[in-house]
Amino acid sequence: MSLLRVEGLGKSYTADKQILKNINFEIKAEELVSIIGPSGAGKSTLLRCMNRMVEFSEGKIMFNNRDVGSLDKKELRNVRANIGMVFQHYNLVPRLTVIENVLHGRFGYKTTLQGLLGRYTEAEKERAFYLLEKLGIHEHAYKRCDQLSGGQQQRVGICRALIQEPKLILCDEPIASLDPNSSKIIMDLLKSISTEMGITCLVNLHQVDVAKHYSDRIIGLNKGEIVFTGTSHELNEEQINKIYGTKTEDLITA
Amino acid sequence: MNEKKMRKNRWQTVIFLLIIIVLTYLSAAITSFNFVDGLATIPKAIGWMFSNLMVTQETLDKLPTILEKLAETTFMSIAATTIAAVVSLFLGVLGSKVTKVNNFLSVFARFIASVSRNIPVVAWALVLLISFGQNSVTGFLALFVGTVGFLTRAFIESIDEASQSSVEALIATGSTYFQIVGKAVIPQSLPQMISWVLFMVETNIRNATLVGILTGTGIGYTFDMYYKMLNYNAVALVTLCIVIIVIVVDLISNYVRKVIL
Amino acid sequence: MEATYIKRKKDGRIHIKSGNKGDRVLRSTLGVLTILTFVAFLFFNYAGLELGSAITETAYNLKVMFFEPALSHFGLREAIYQVGITLSLAFLATIIGAIIAFFLSLMAATNLAPLGLTRIIRVFVAFIRAVPTVLWVLIFAIAAGLGSEAAVLGMLFHSIAYLVKAFSEAFEEVDKGILEAVRSTGGNWWHIVKSGVLPSTFTYLLSWIFLRFEINFGVAVAMGAAAGAGGIGFDLFMASSFYFDMREVGFITYAILIVAFLLEVVSTRLKKRFFPATSD
Repeated sequence: MSLLRVEGLGKSYTADKQILKNINFEIKAEELVSIIGPSGAGKSTLLRCMNRMVEFSEGKIMFNNRDVGSLDKKELRNVRANIGMVFQHYNLVPRLTVIENVLHGRFGYKTTLQGLLGRYTEAEKERAFYLLEKLGIHEHAYKRCDQLSGGQQQRVGICRALIQEPKLILCDEPIASLDPNSSKIIMDLLKSISTEMGITCLVNLHQVDVAKHYSDRIIGLNKGEIVFTGTSHELNEEQINKIYGTKTEDLITA
Repeated sequence: MNEKKMRKNRWQTVIFLLIIIVLTYLSAAITSFNFVDGLATIPKAIGWMFSNLMVTQETLDKLPTILEKLAETTFMSIAATTIAAVVSLFLGVLGSKVTKVNNFLSVFARFIASVSRNIPVVAWALVLLISFGQNSVTGFLALFVGTVGFLTRAFIESIDEASQSSVEALIATGSTYFQIVGKAVIPQSLPQMISWVLFMVETNIRNATLVGILTGTGIGYTFDMYYKMLNYNAVALVTLCIVIIVIVVDLISNYVRKVIL
Repeated sequence: MEATYIKRKKDGRIHIKSGNKGDRVLRSTLGVLTILTFVAFLFFNYAGLELGSAITETAYNLKVMFFEPALSHFGLREAIYQVGITLSLAFLATIIGAIIAFFLSLMAATNLAPLGLTRIIRVFVAFIRAVPTVLWVLIFAIAAGLGSEAAVLGMLFHSIAYLVKAFSEAFEEVDKGILEAVRSTGGNWWHIVKSGVLPSTFTYLLSWIFLRFEINFGVAVAMGAAAGAGGIGFDLFMASSFYFDMREVGFITYAILIVAFLLEVVSTRLKKRFFPATSD
């Protein structure tokens, strides 16, 4: 049974330029799926269609047996609360403490007033500390986020996504701003999140080798169209050329 | 090619300087401003200030009255600034690209800010004076209107700068609009906003003097009164008091800024 | 087993605020400002205030001002001429201020002048900034007599203070390498300024000067009204306090507004072009 099913998805900002064309794929629970492709291929837009951060123009997205496109405001909030999101630039509130930023992940389950008053239950706070400890940044809990390194901030971002108790986590270039060491920590974490915690991960990546190493399946995107889907083993030189339109050796700078 | 460009640049500079000189000459002609007289005035004025603007023993008797007026003016400036800040916070949130509710309200907020900022405080003071009379409320309202204009623009910039990315993240967690504004946007931009508010308190104390002269209230009126009575020793004392309060406010704001930013 | 990194309140609930100095100062600043605001309303002098009628009257006056603007005591040509005078006063104060500020700021920039000198200049600037412009104009009016000289000289002071701060900060941001390069070729202090500092900051300085011109226009209007410095500000004062002619007040306000808008459009463009970080 699939957790996420995308059928005939299309997106265009203006009539003459289509960002996404006839996208079809399915993702099963507990999978880690990567989307790779050159910059401007529409990876980011595709990811943001899943929780309607970007409204899509045509097609259908089924998440957890719900039609994402036809949700009203309240239902959309509910679906978004079930989908975590991790960003390239972490998108934390820099002046607030790590623990506050993590708890922001609970807003989707609260009324406006509860959120505004900062009414978090003790169980939620305990859970936040549990997650911080699991990701190894608990000693920074009371620090401001802008005092943390990039890798640490990304782990805070992942904690914020995890505390939502999501079924799916969308990751938009999670390691693009990180050094190789931190990148490895983050990718290992995402892998264990999908295998151990059973949370599906859909990850935009631009490093082909990282995608091959960590993904259960890979989707290759070029000019808004899917040109490849399959396991890492099926992704060979020829397929990569098709996705990027160049030879892999030229991709070192990418 | 390069030489040509350099020559062009030089020509541009020359033309630019010529325009400035012509404009300066025109301005001087239109206002019958005489550079020689003007410059000659400076040493004369400074000499006059040193010989006449002296605080003497007997003027010190007036200190309690002056301090009372100074307090009135200071409090008026603070009240006008903080209340304007509350209004500006709403307008700022509506006006910012990141947190706007819709385009109409955003343009509307910016428009209000622009009009109230660009009509000089003196115009507001004069118009309000006619109906509100000679009291603190007139000065308060005049300062309030101008401050709303200035702070709204400043707040919009602070919000735009501070929050774009975290707003996206919070929308994605399913947060509501007010949760995002209250728990991400405001905490992030608050220090910058406070810094602007403190700047405005200091500016408003100085503006309040101006408004006071026009509306006959506060320290501005006291200054004007002694000035017209040719009591320059008292004028000196009033000026000194204003200088001290402005510098004190400035020092406090600098300290607060250093800690919170 | 309780983890030690979790901070708890006395009742066992978990803290989520860091409670550092910045937060505390921020809160106290907000608290103090709120209290002072409430106290302020007790301190106010409410002499002769009838709020109800004042509000309706002002609303009516504003309506007349903005919907029926007209000139009655002088013609359009005269109005334009008076706006010209106000602009000229602002222009003179800005240009003379800029020239003086340029030399002062060379002495106030920490990378160009000795530390002692920069301190003296800064204290001096802080002092002249603390005296309201209107007081400077009035004080100069005694010494120089009422006229454009007093107005320009009075307005000069704040222009200098403002521009010295802006200029010296711009100078301090000049790349060290550039200064060293000029110094290493044996250039003297003036060479460093002329071929090191000036070329890399010139456009910045120009836009700061324009920003100050925009401010000075407003100041010049105010000086006309409050210190009898002439120009459109004085007409505004006469129309409202002497003739009680709301239509004329409205016309003059529109005239000021149009000029101010034009200046703002230009300065926003300059800001966008030269200070992309500080504007949207």
